[in-house]
Amino acid sequence: MGIIRTKDLVYEYVRRDEEGNVEGFTTAVDKVDLDVQPGEFIAILGHNGSGKSTLAKHINAILNPTEGSVWVDGMDTSEEEHIWDIRQRAGMVFQNPDNQIIGQVVEEDVGFGPENMGVTTKEIWERVEESLKAVGMYEYRRHSPNKLSGGQKQRVSIAGVLAMHPKCIVLDEPTAMLDPKGRREVIRAVRALNEVEGITVVLITHYMEETIHADRVFVMDSGKIAMEGTPRQIFSQVERLQELRLDVPQVTLLAHELRRKGVGLPEGILTVEELADALAGSR
Amino acid sequence: MSIILDHVNYIYGEDGPLAVKALDDVCLQIPDGQFVGIIGHTGSGKSTLVQHMNGLLKATGGHIYFNGEDIYDRDFPMKKLRSRVGLVFQYPEHQLFEVDVFSDVCFGPKNLGMDKKEAELKAFDALRKVGMPMELYYQSPFELSGGQKRRAAIAGVLAMAPEILILDEPTAGLDPKGREEILRQIKELQVQTGMTILLVSHSMEDVAEYVDRIVVMNKGRVMYDGAPKEVFAHYRELEEVGLAAPQVTYILHALKDRGFDVDVNATTTGEAVETVLHALGRIPEAFRP
Repeated sequence: MGIIRTKDLVYEYVRRDEEGNVEGFTTAVDKVDLDVQPGEFIAILGHNGSGKSTLAKHINAILNPTEGSVWVDGMDTSEEEHIWDIRQRAGMVFQNPDNQIIGQVVEEDVGFGPENMGVTTKEIWERVEESLKAVGMYEYRRHSPNKLSGGQKQRVSIAGVLAMHPKCIVLDEPTAMLDPKGRREVIRAVRALNEVEGITVVLITHYMEETIHADRVFVMDSGKIAMEGTPRQIFSQVERLQELRLDVPQVTLLAHELRRKGVGLPEGILTVEELADALAGSR
Repeated sequence: MSIILDHVNYIYGEDGPLAVKALDDVCLQIPDGQFVGIIGHTGSGKSTLVQHMNGLLKATGGHIYFNGEDIYDRDFPMKKLRSRVGLVFQYPEHQLFEVDVFSDVCFGPKNLGMDKKEAELKAFDALRKVGMPMELYYQSPFELSGGQKRRAAIAGVLAMAPEILILDEPTAGLDPKGREEILRQIKELQVQTGMTILLVSHSMEDVAEYVDRIVVMNKGRVMYDGAPKEVFAHYRELEEVGLAAPQVTYILHALKDRGFDVDVNATTTGEAVETVLHALGRIPEAFRP
């Protein structure tokens, strides 16, 4: 069994009118089966309202399934006694960096998680150091988080999760509010966690370019998994993605358009180098 | 309506020990009806810049002219400026508050002192301009999708009939299709009404596709100012200050390095397809039937 597994997961929001009477139900997640192996890098795409954040919130028991089950590292998230273990195993990073940082100094913020777990002081410092080094923020350890850029704040948030020694980390649009440089920094840090530390990553994003290094990509629509595959398999289906209100990286789109015009190129080109080489090879 | 910024400076906390120069000698001339993209990394001064244009912030040095009138003149009607320059903030949907979309959009014009009928006409017109489906007019704004909420918020500003519309990151957090829809609608608005539009953005691909002119801000200064092609020609310098050119720029440069005769100045996917096909055309065997 994988580190994150869901079976027939359904989540319904209750819609209420102004007086609080129940008007109906909205099914945000509809019979989702997911099986993520330890060490995998998973990306979840989907338009606004497709259910990806609702799904993510089940992974560390912020939400509990209406129907079906979710297991994290073998523990059922609906069982109250596991809740703290689950939140320690599966850390979560959200969209807005300003909502997640509480410390006055970077290292204090990162130490909050392990301190809360009752880790000894000596070990807290070790964990703070290694976590900040892993995201490339060690030299800022004495800084005030307020003075950092968005990308740096997000990396501090990630270090804060990392210091709890999670087995997996769920990032819900961590780059949505960042500029291109901040986005690059965060994605680089996330990839390093996955490749170097072997931490399982679930990345939710609207930026297609950020998913090209994932092991598997899931595309959600109306609460269901609409597509699943490697980045290359997914991005080969340009028209299908556009139907689902998504797009493909600009390089993939360019390759697709050239192919349609009769240039001999494979589908699912993901990087600038790949396209340049393929075109150079075709002459 | 034209805007001229003449050696504008802005210092946060001017008299304190932590004074920060947010705008440093900014000179810009924005003629009537232009669609201008303002790009820069976080903290580069772009939001500070646009907040000067409707008088939310007052320059600590320099002058700003609207149609030749100095807005810092004692007789200048500052309150009127706010209705002539509409500013749509980041995540504007957080400012929706009324019971239905239509009432929300009516709030702005009513607040400017228009009577009910006039305000409603303006609201109707604004909702039509942003492409809001009619069946959503009397829905609660909180039940709309992300993209629709944003349209409602933009309509709220448009209903005040501004002559200049400034949008601060209007597509942040939207899915790709939502981004495209909003930007296309804004472009259409500019083409139809000839309104001057300033678009603050992080997304180079978006900016390249729609605007006439790009102003790059860095450390409170104007770093580049020109047509997208001219600005993206400096892609290496842009990278050094935390920005990037659209992905096609990199592709075209990579092709050029491999000996293809492509025009590296193409900035949109469409233009890139053209130039690559053109370059390939000289080597017919690259084509498959």
